[in-house]
Amino acid sequence: MRRVIDISAEQIAPTVEELLNQQGVPPGAVHDEPTLRAAREAIALWGHLSQPMGIFAEIAIHDFAQVYIGDGRNEPETPLPNIYQRADALALFAVTVGHDIEQEIRRLFETNEFPLGAMLDAAASVSAENAADIVQDKVQKHLSVIGRWDRSKGIMPFSPGYCGWHVSGQRALFDTLHPEEIGIELSDSYLMQPLKSISGLLVAGPRDIFQFDDDFPFCSECATHSCRERIMSIIENQPKADTRWE
Amino acid sequence: MDTLQRLSENMQKGNADQVARLTQQAIDEGCEPKTILDDALVGGMAVVGEKFKKHEIFLPHVLLAAKAMHAGMDLLKPLLVKDGIPTIGKVVTGTVQGDLHDIGKNLVGIMLKGAGFDVIDLGRDVSPEKFLDAAVSEKANVIGMSALLTTTMPVMKKVIALAHERNVRNQLKFIVGGAPMSKEYAQEIGADAYCYDAVSAVESVKRFMGAH
Ligand code: B12
Ligand code: SF4
Repeated sequence: MRRVIDISAEQIAPTVEELLNQQGVPPGAVHDEPTLRAAREAIALWGHLSQPMGIFAEIAIHDFAQVYIGDGRNEPETPLPNIYQRADALALFAVTVGHDIEQEIRRLFETNEFPLGAMLDAAASVSAENAADIVQDKVQKHLSVIGRWDRSKGIMPFSPGYCGWHVSGQRALFDTLHPEEIGIELSDSYLMQPLKSISGLLVAGPRDIFQFDDDFPFCSECATHSCRERIMSIIENQPKADTRWE
Repeated sequence: MDTLQRLSENMQKGNADQVARLTQQAIDEGCEPKTILDDALVGGMAVVGEKFKKHEIFLPHVLLAAKAMHAGMDLLKPLLVKDGIPTIGKVVTGTVQGDLHDIGKNLVGIMLKGAGFDVIDLGRDVSPEKFLDAAVSEKANVIGMSALLTTTMPVMKKVIALAHERNVRNQLKFIVGGAPMSKEYAQEIGADAYCYDAVSAVESVKRFMGAH
């Protein structure tokens, strides 16, 4: 099953708080009026310029094994193999918020409109992440309809460039998924254009397969340890009757 | 309160219109363009940078102040050129070949200009040859390179190697930055400094130029 998803701007619109947070403003900080004005203006501009699109394609475990190997530059040990090999279903995905925003961000910086340019850049990054969430929801719904997912299970995204999966893995991903159909190109240096694009794998399966420790050698350089939060969110969504994690 | 002080305060608050008006007023009052630049604008941005470093203000406010500073700079630039005032240092910046991320590099450029340096921004996807051609022809003191992907970082090494090849390594300092970079990698490729953010980039360039 391969599907192109037309994502509406309303579904992924960023909030003022998300924009400020993306620029390193801590929650609860007091903002002056010009900052808030720039944030609101950026969100309005983003609404006119964003062209969000997504694509996903289911992939069999043995086929993904080849995609994962890519051109052989992954870290020797990573969390993903142990997870995807025990999955019920896998899907490759890609999302973008389009070219126009990027051009406008550049124009704003060139004309010294730095506050608005940085706000629009943050809006584009946040909305790309929100677009990836929408694709995850669609995949989850699709799997539910065909009886391969229910609320006792979990679903988690992984992307090349994170957690030991080398960023060059995007080549094999592109060769299988073909996100060119939604306007994303991959350069020789593994950079997606438009810039505000995300690629990855969605893994669906029993909740316990997503448990792993953050003690791989490369984890010592990880600034976020965001896997902890991602694992927690899967555990917390667990139906009340199920007490496996308690 | 005198005009320069009001100018500096308005710049720190990010009032671009007031900055343009007060810069013109200072010029009309006969103040030297270089004095307006150093005392009110660069001086004001130094306060902004310091507050940012201490987390008293955040990036959006820094950028409001930078925009305001440019409103004043636009009026001063032609006068400074006419007076033949030399800059305190010239930095060529760019995102390395194969990479198109430029927000981080732009922020570095904004802060360097705010500190009074001349910045020649070569944009994105910049080849080693282009970095060095520009640095030599512009008589730059520093090359600042940005990379946001591990796959584009090695280009930085090529730029430094080419500087050796062309016998210009000694007359240039290299600063590098970007999310996947580290101090160790910067050392490994022979860069002069790894800069975690735009404030540390300004500190490094000031150190190189012997300015404080
Ligand atoms: C926001 C973000 C995104 C956004 C937008 C990207 C963008 N920049 O436009 C989205 C969500 C779209 C995204 C997508 C991807 N991302 Co991303 N992303 C980030 C994130 C969280 C922040 C980047 C950012 O905008 N920072 C804000 C700016 C202002 O900071 P900055 O550019 O780093 O610049 C500052 C300093 O680095 C320094 N600096 C920068 N340049 C220079 C130059 C000089 C001379 C000096 C002195 C200093 C200096 O000063 C700047 C100002 O303070 C980083 C992680 C991180 N914490 O940095 C990952 C990160 C860059 N992404 C990463 C990856 C892997 C990806 C994807 C490949 C994932 C995927 N498979 O989809 C894609 C690639 C997209 C593409 N087009 O190819 C990796 C790259 C690592 C690698 N292995 O190469 C990072 C590092 C995350 C990680 N794994 O830790 N990403
Ligand atoms: S600590 Fe960071 S690098 Fe390690 S698995 Fe977690 S998210 Fe990935």
